[in-house]
Amino acid sequence: MAVQGSILGNPVKRKEDAGILNGTTEYFDDLKIDGMLHIAFVRSTVAHANLGAIDTTDAEAMPGVVGVYTADNLEMPDVNGFIMLPPTMNRPPLAKGKVRFVGDIVAAVVANTKAEAVDAAETVIVDYDPLPVLVDMEASIADGAIAIHEGQPNNIAFGAAGMGMGAPVEGLMDEADVVVKGRFVNQRVAGVPMEPNGIIAIPEADGAMTAWIPTQGPHGQRGELAGVIGIDAEKLRVRAAAVGGGFGSKNTFHVEFGITAKAAIVLNRPVKWTETRSENMVSMVQGRGQIQYVELGLKRDGTITALRENVLGEAGAYPSLGAFLPFFTHTMACAVYNVPKLEFNWNAVLTNTTSIAAYRGAGRPEATQAIERILDMAAVELGIDPVDIRRKNLMPKFEAPGAPAGSGLAMYDTGDYAAPLDKALEAADYPALRAEQAKRRANNDVKQLGIGVSVYVEITAPAGLHIEYGKVEINEDGSANAYVGTSAHGQGHDTAFSMIVQELLGIPMDKVTLVQSDTALVPRGSGTAGSRSLQTAGSAVFRASEGVLETAKQIAANLLEANVDDIVLGDGGLQVAGVPSKLIGWGELASKAKASGIEGTADGLMHELDFDGQQSSFPFGSHIAVVEVDTETGKVELLRHIAVDDCGKILNPMLVRGQQHGGIAQGIAQALFEWVQYDEDGNPITANLMDYAIPSAAELPSFETYNTETPTHLNPLGAKGIGESGTIGSTPAVQNAVVDALQPFGVKNLDMPASSQRVWAAIQEARG
Amino acid sequence: MIPAAFEYVRAGSADEAIAAIAEHGEDAKFLAGGMSLLPLMKLRLATPTVLVDVARVRDLSYITDAGDHIAIGALTRHRDVETSTLLAQECGVVASVAAQVGDNQVRHRGTIGGSVAHGDAASDLPAALVALDATFVLRSGSGERTIGASDFFTGFLETALNADELLTEIRVPKAGASGFNFQKFNRRAQDWAIVGAVVATVDGAKRVGLVNMGNTPLRATAVEAALASGASIADAALSAADGCEPPTDLNASVEYREHLARVLVRRALEASA
Ligand SMILES: Cc1cc2nc3c(=O)[nH]c(=O)nc-3n(C[C@H](O)[C@H](O)[C@H](O)COP(=O)(O)OP(=O)(O)OC[C@H]3O[C@@H](n4cnc5c(N)ncnc54)[C@H](O)[C@@H]3O)c2cc1C
Repeated sequence: MAVQGSILGNPVKRKEDAGILNGTTEYFDDLKIDGMLHIAFVRSTVAHANLGAIDTTDAEAMPGVVGVYTADNLEMPDVNGFIMLPPTMNRPPLAKGKVRFVGDIVAAVVANTKAEAVDAAETVIVDYDPLPVLVDMEASIADGAIAIHEGQPNNIAFGAAGMGMGAPVEGLMDEADVVVKGRFVNQRVAGVPMEPNGIIAIPEADGAMTAWIPTQGPHGQRGELAGVIGIDAEKLRVRAAAVGGGFGSKNTFHVEFGITAKAAIVLNRPVKWTETRSENMVSMVQGRGQIQYVELGLKRDGTITALRENVLGEAGAYPSLGAFLPFFTHTMACAVYNVPKLEFNWNAVLTNTTSIAAYRGAGRPEATQAIERILDMAAVELGIDPVDIRRKNLMPKFEAPGAPAGSGLAMYDTGDYAAPLDKALEAADYPALRAEQAKRRANNDVKQLGIGVSVYVEITAPAGLHIEYGKVEINEDGSANAYVGTSAHGQGHDTAFSMIVQELLGIPMDKVTLVQSDTALVPRGSGTAGSRSLQTAGSAVFRASEGVLETAKQIAANLLEANVDDIVLGDGGLQVAGVPSKLIGWGELASKAKASGIEGTADGLMHELDFDGQQSSFPFGSHIAVVEVDTETGKVELLRHIAVDDCGKILNPMLVRGQQHGGIAQGIAQALFEWVQYDEDGNPITANLMDYAIPSAAELPSFETYNTETPTHLNPLGAKGIGESGTIGSTPAVQNAVVDALQPFGVKNLDMPASSQRVWAAIQEARG
Repeated sequence: MIPAAFEYVRAGSADEAIAAIAEHGEDAKFLAGGMSLLPLMKLRLATPTVLVDVARVRDLSYITDAGDHIAIGALTRHRDVETSTLLAQECGVVASVAAQVGDNQVRHRGTIGGSVAHGDAASDLPAALVALDATFVLRSGSGERTIGASDFFTGFLETALNADELLTEIRVPKAGASGFNFQKFNRRAQDWAIVGAVVATVDGAKRVGLVNMGNTPLRATAVEAALASGASIADAALSAADGCEPPTDLNASVEYREHLARVLVRRALEASA
């Protein structure tokens, strides 16, 4: 029987893995198109300069070269990095007049082979007339700093004032007995998807084009790319093959797409760009990059009275989504706590660096870090246990209506913040950890223990991304297709969405095909980002399946000459309740649909809709990290990481576990390892995976992952997002643990990543 | 990420390799495991015009008991050094250091000869070989010569190897199955050492080698001397950084490296006592 209890909630193995593991699944770089040419970019080696002559004579004469382009011979409009930004900071795809970061594109070479293109690109000679370089946000906004873009004289790209916010609050700290102050750096990190960026642009008949892009959102890319190359969006088909990770960065339009596609049009040949890792580390948008000035007002008993945050968010040389992300930091500033008064101001600042955009969490990890760090500092100052100070201020359990609004910019949906905290404390055996810590402190052990706690709430399907397209159609062989406007790149949507179809229609998962990542097959979509896919596209598949069921019941009732209300799901089709012999299979229902004359069957047995979740959802949780710090060498070892994440109702616990594990690893990486750095001349000094330290399994303990389940009312699945929780809860827990271990030395704060040198230096400094 | 064009010659024997290098001159290079050379070529920091591939020269891959020493063929993979039972018994320190080079993939490709010839002060095996006072055998068209490890490493990525010379063998003393320790301090398991300290016991005396504490792999002679004159481990280790001029980079300042050398040498001495 197809309908023996629910498949939902079961740890069903991923359908997509066989092909990925045995190598038959095709990624972008596997695609070979007849007559395909290759492009290589000449990138600025100088962070800020007036651009002089570009000598391409040698390159043009190199073997295999078919075209060499600069801004002078490849016309394209300048690209606006984010809709709310003024055009003064638009980026010319090929630099005009100035270069603004190491990696800015000066010229492009197209040749028959990639090697020929790279060889020729090496021979292009560029004159640079260097300008002062800004790599530090506080230097950028200092008086007298050079303007990176004319028209933005103070190097502020955007800010709270631009949104009518950020004003001082009268008497903010009047009720406070103590005001605890901190300056926290949420350092710049890189997404580093295992598969780097790229595009194959294929000119088609009648001025049309197909573009293969390893992206998180083909529809968004189509709109941007069409604008840059000057064709109608309808004539541009954007597709993604299997995508090897994105972490937010592959949601962004990169100017390389525009240059490659424009060259393809000019040459009327397919042109391919596959990014190298070295390029990836300077070209692909990066994440985080905030300096936070935080003040927390409290009563002596630890009750919060007010919070003030002043945030500088790095935008890079050409501002993109990153120039808006501090708004999410503002949105989630009060987090899980009752904060009676909030003052929040922010500015996004230009520097001569790679652009900042979304990176797993995008604005919310920064919010969590700020409040979780300052609370720990307050706990130390007031002599209260970090857990107790959190409990004292936690919002009580709530449901809608009557849900709180946090910092006032978004209405939460459902929350029960004490539940994951309790569960994490129990799993960690918190009292035993504190006892062990006390013992080591008393013994003056070389290896000191640190315990870090975080409680978080975050926002998923944010910024209006709570609506998504979905369609389910039944084929005449009884199989089904599920169409969605999201675009999976590792998450396991094929499995999750097939489970939903099986649940509602009884069609086995392996007979359900997921159709996604192709603008020709899916009419619209907002892509996969902001942990939105299950709650939006999954819900659309759920509702579309319901729609199909309703139509199919009418078809079956007519054919079986029965009452619609008596038609139920049977084994492989629909039947009259209690009469399994009176069953019509899904294939037959599909083949009889058009002729049935029933409303909505003109195109067969299918249903499509745009699911509207009405608003964002708010997952939450609590993490506890246990670290050991070698106080002689400064080395930090993470001993345990306990995570309790609540993403609403769980559809597939195995997929949720996977997201928790990956997110936690990435969040720990920020706390302990990763940091994109520039020297004072703006040269990237961590532009390969030897210097940019992504941890491996060897550096991480086995994570202890749990869940609580607090459903949301916003969608039929009761689901919230889980994709980013790991990077939101883990980072402050680990950072707090490191600082906690150093407390006997009087260390009050330590910026991330907690490298051994930094920890050692902090101990040295504290010892005086 | 794409190397400049080069010619490729595969040598079947040491003699073939030496002949090929002699034929192609200055801009030709031996290719062993490629673990150091290929990354440099991909970044176009090295642009040899001819590569003479010696990776399959099987007659240079061996670990044998040569009576008063152990002889290791230059083309022996790190992994084979790591798992050699002969070395475990007769010169355990070399096997245990090899076990900490890079990761498994690197150890299956990289060779001990490549590590030595590359002459990187941040590499693990060279410091161990300097501490052991190993002897290297170099061969060219004009004959064979031997050279001591301390004389071999002459500067930053510079060695006494001539362009036409092939390193064929590494000779290490029979230092035994115990009395050694390697303290490798790095960020991630697969990373090079920020600082490393290797201790071995040869003829009853402690030898101390330092990784990444100067332009070349070093011997902490002040520590050895202090120990020989009866100083405690803790006191002797205090002179671990004496005379060193360590580099400064993203991971460590000079001061931090000097501090690490003192801590790691102490720990290595304690662990090998
Ligand atoms: C990811 C990664 C991590 C690593 N981590 C470490 C580490 O932690 N510690 C460490 O010590 N090393 C590390 N290495 C380097 C590794 O040990 C290399 O194997 C070694 O440095 C070079 O050996 P090879 O056989 O690969 O030499 P190749 O790269 O082939 O050659 C290196 C140089 O030596 C020359 N050469 C090679 N063999 C001979 C010979 N017989 N005679 C004359 N010249 C020769 C070549 O011409 C070339 O100039 C790492 C490498 C990688 C890729």
